[in-house]
Amino acid sequence: MEEEAAKIRQAVAPTRQTWFSRMAQLFQRGQLDQALWDALEEALISADVGVATTERLLEAVKARVRQVDHPSPEDAHLALKEEMVRTLETPPAPPPELSACPRVVLVVGVNGVGKTTTIGKLARHFRSQGQRVLLAAADTFRAAATEQLQLWGERVGAEVVAHQPGADPGAVAFDALQAARSRDVDVVIVDTAGRLHTKVNLMEELKKVRRVLQRLDPQAPHEVLLVLDATTGQNGLLQARAFTEAVEVTGVILTKLDGTAKGGIALAICADLGLPLVFVGTGETPEDLAPFDPATYVDALLP
Amino acid sequence: MFEALTTKLDAVFKKLAGRGRLSEKDVDDALREVRVALLEADVHFRVARDFVARVRERAVGSDVLGSLTPGQQVVKIVHEELLSVLGEGQPRLSLSPTPPTVVMLVGLQGSGKTTTAAKLALHLRKGGQRPLLVAADVYRPAAVEQLVTLGKQLDIPVYQQGIAADPVEIVQNGIRRAREQGNTVALLDTAGRLHVDDEMMQELVRIKERIAPHEVLLVVDAMTGQDAVRAAGDFHQQVGLTGLILSKMDGDARGGAALSVRAVTGVPVKFLGTGEKTDALEPYHPDRLASRILGMGDVLTLIEKAQAQVDQAKAAEMERKFRTASFTLEDFLDQLQQVKQMGPLSQLLEMIPGMSRVAKNLPASALDDRQLKKVEAIIYSMTPLERRRPDVIDGSRRRRIAAGSGTTPADVNQLLNQFHQMQKMMKQYSQMLSGRGGRRLPGNMFRL
Repeated sequence: MEEEAAKIRQAVAPTRQTWFSRMAQLFQRGQLDQALWDALEEALISADVGVATTERLLEAVKARVRQVDHPSPEDAHLALKEEMVRTLETPPAPPPELSACPRVVLVVGVNGVGKTTTIGKLARHFRSQGQRVLLAAADTFRAAATEQLQLWGERVGAEVVAHQPGADPGAVAFDALQAARSRDVDVVIVDTAGRLHTKVNLMEELKKVRRVLQRLDPQAPHEVLLVLDATTGQNGLLQARAFTEAVEVTGVILTKLDGTAKGGIALAICADLGLPLVFVGTGETPEDLAPFDPATYVDALLP
Repeated sequence: MFEALTTKLDAVFKKLAGRGRLSEKDVDDALREVRVALLEADVHFRVARDFVARVRERAVGSDVLGSLTPGQQVVKIVHEELLSVLGEGQPRLSLSPTPPTVVMLVGLQGSGKTTTAAKLALHLRKGGQRPLLVAADVYRPAAVEQLVTLGKQLDIPVYQQGIAADPVEIVQNGIRRAREQGNTVALLDTAGRLHVDDEMMQELVRIKERIAPHEVLLVVDAMTGQDAVRAAGDFHQQVGLTGLILSKMDGDARGGAALSVRAVTGVPVKFLGTGEKTDALEPYHPDRLASRILGMGDVLTLIEKAQAQVDQAKAAEMERKFRTASFTLEDFLDQLQQVKQMGPLSQLLEMIPGMSRVAKNLPASALDDRQLKKVEAIIYSMTPLERRRPDVIDGSRRRRIAAGSGTTPADVNQLLNQFHQMQKMMKQYSQMLSGRGGRRLPGNMFRL
């Protein structure tokens, strides 16, 4: 077992380097053969793009390359990147509803993806545009989640509305929106407890938060952002599907892109559910949040 | 889905039936399905490739080709190979003869270290240990508060120095405190960190060198994708892991990352985290995880859950009622409540082979636990006499029950009809059984 483990470890650890050097070799040979398609497939699957989306992309690329005389590996590589960018651009990110006042952003996701941290960063993002931000601590379940949000509020200069631990998340959201109205706030960001998408009761609770917000503003929440951890594998698709069904997700935020994970499942989510990626999180400081750019993302995923 | 894989494989082989002997290429077609199943379960690309190569070697060498059920034969080999990689579980920590045993929890951000630390502490206390939790995550805002809150909930002591101190110093002081107070285990909750963050990884190395922990456990999110091998490999290289804990196994992730991590590190899986509550920590069973990776469902866990929730004396009594067909609506209510205690219906369905797909395609309302609540409400609105002898329920009583339970007389009727059917079935069943000298019935499983 140990010996075998060592072997696999050796095979897997420098994935990136070996893949790079193999690609370089394949390019140098100048031949477009099965070895190249295999390498591209490995690159996509190793980035968590998933079997179905990978096959769909490669089929599209093969169809395109067929129309070229004497296609080179470089042609295939570029065509693949273009297909990926096109997939990511297909669902256009809806323009933010700046007219709504206050604009309500509901943030949802499974446990441990970085919702609260992302909300801190989002708050800073809106603050830097000169907007007044209020945070609603509707994660009343996880121990010390409210404290974590309050620390972020202090850090970026946003007010926080919170109740006692175990309070009804809907009530927190309601109070927050009411407070935001009377205090002339521009953006309300609602933090919710992490929940696995398979838990019926917790998903019902989330629907209720949404309904309660709509009692004050029928258009609210104006945005529902699903936070997705870049290390997530194929389960990400099931998450996106379940949350969309429950609360009509309008966009995806991909977090933890500062590691080695590529977050390719986001591409599958784009392709499958037509959900746009809106932001990416790339670190632990408040500034580490960037609007999503398809070309940059594809370059990182498929160098 | 394990059935799905078998069906897929059988379909591959069936296409080739009547053509005489199967060729190696036919086996390759079948193995492609195996590979896709593994990749969809998040098994690492290369681990899956090596795995399929091993299966192929065995399949070609064995009598799969001549078998009447080649699909099942291949699945059998796949299952055996999976088990050999997943290895035996070691659902215990190696405790030091000179306490305190020092257990260090490490992992990426958001993998569930703090929650797992609390669960482990509770588990250890149940085993007669006196654990101390040490809050060494000084980076994530409010991480210390989270551990302190959990400690308070469980009545387990937490050592903390706030967030101004150096983690190396905190753990040293924590262990000293454990020794002074007579705690037998010190559980160190370290900060989540990226495996490529050199500075943070160095901190772990410093902690490890200073305190020489008896166990270094990596907490791995069951939903992790292809990157699991890299992260786990780096952690193992830097701090030398002694075990794995798979967290968030209560979701619907297939958990193929566990296979990758096992293949890369070779260290045993020790526990599974299966819920947000602090007692949701379960021992690891490789055969169940293998089935899950192949999407086979988890019958054993289901049966165990049933056993844990069912009162044996009650079950025996139920069985008697069953046989004599003197089963009343009150007993029915009792059964319902036991089923409910086992967890949400959707989760129970997921564990039954072949049902995971069915469960996904059902509208959420079909699996709604509120249906159960409705039945409960109706029975609660009946008088004791009505519960024992539903035949006394006439139109007027029916209207009263419907009003009392917030349902309609039609709902009440439906329930009564179902109950009547059930009684009839039981009568037939008990007659059948008494003819055979009364084989023991699985008293509580009939509702499932």
